[in-house]
Amino acid sequence: MLSGFLVLLAFLLAGDIAGYLFALPLPGPVLGMALLLGWLAWRRRPPPENLRTASMGILQYLSLLFVPAGVGVILHLERLQREWPAILGAVLAGTLISVGLSGLLLKALRAKREAQHD
Amino acid sequence: MIERLGGLWAHLQALPVFWLLLTLCIFQLASLLAKRSKGFPLANPVGLSILTLVLVLYFTGTSYQAYWAGGQWIHFLLAPATVALAVPLYQQQERIRSMLSPLLLTLAGGSLLAIASSVGIGWLLGASPSSLLSLAPKSATAPVAMGIVEKLGGIPSLTAAVVILTGVTGAVAAPWVLDRLNIREPAMRGFAMGLVSHGIGTARAFQENNEAGAFAGLGMGLNALMTSLLVPVLYRLVA
Repeated sequence: MLSGFLVLLAFLLAGDIAGYLFALPLPGPVLGMALLLGWLAWRRRPPPENLRTASMGILQYLSLLFVPAGVGVILHLERLQREWPAILGAVLAGTLISVGLSGLLLKALRAKREAQHD
Repeated sequence: MIERLGGLWAHLQALPVFWLLLTLCIFQLASLLAKRSKGFPLANPVGLSILTLVLVLYFTGTSYQAYWAGGQWIHFLLAPATVALAVPLYQQQERIRSMLSPLLLTLAGGSLLAIASSVGIGWLLGASPSSLLSLAPKSATAPVAMGIVEKLGGIPSLTAAVVILTGVTGAVAAPWVLDRLNIREPAMRGFAMGLVSHGIGTARAFQENNEAGAFAGLGMGLNALMTSLLVPVLYRLVA
């Protein structure tokens, strides 16, 4: 578990360094994910057991990790009080429309592709 | 000892471990409640925990800074957790490869739609220009969205709030929307959830199954890239 976590931190650091050196617009963790994916693909073997344990262990609590940042809403109560119908409306409606249409688009594209392959 | 009791609260309030422990306890309770209320969509652990903690801070007059001294330890783990998404992603690589071009086309369409729908609706409902800018990257994962808005001169912490709200909305409502539209395949459900509601949607997708979670992680990662390319370009077109 600890050695797997070490691998995650090493790739996190590598992602940060890559982002800094190449002035990329993506944050370190996302780049670290890409690098780890590249490494796993390059090895052409199943992910090491310790890495799998650490990853699944931490991903199990993924939703908890968003809580402290979310509490930051408290810094914007005033603006939300003033503009809540517009901000809430945009977030709620925008999210629902986007999820629904993205799902439908993917389903349609898949179906079309499968029809071509037959 | 008794005379010191009066100062106990002020002491606790300044203690990082107190807020760390409180966050974990509240999340534990919220998860239990979510499990007990089987499927009641508003009982989302993230949303419930944030709401409870905001109320606690508000009514005790605690600053976010004091809370953050404890909360940051949990927040830090978000970075290695994002890296960890590579593992389920790798395990799904064959399925991803088999549907790569539909996924990429959906990414382009979905990303554009997420930006346009939120800015458009916000504008119709009279949001201020600085709020509109904060709404634009709302489907990208928080650090990316904050970085984009910061570069364009918006308010990063407002963006963080909007991003989290988007994630909670997606986690609560996306499964319902996808059910109504009869989208059943885990890969499709996951990809749509991760694309639109980033890590919180991904966490929700993992609750459905590992395949949905892996595709959600893919949607999240790809949309982080897509949004950081699209928002600055669209901003220059509009502003």
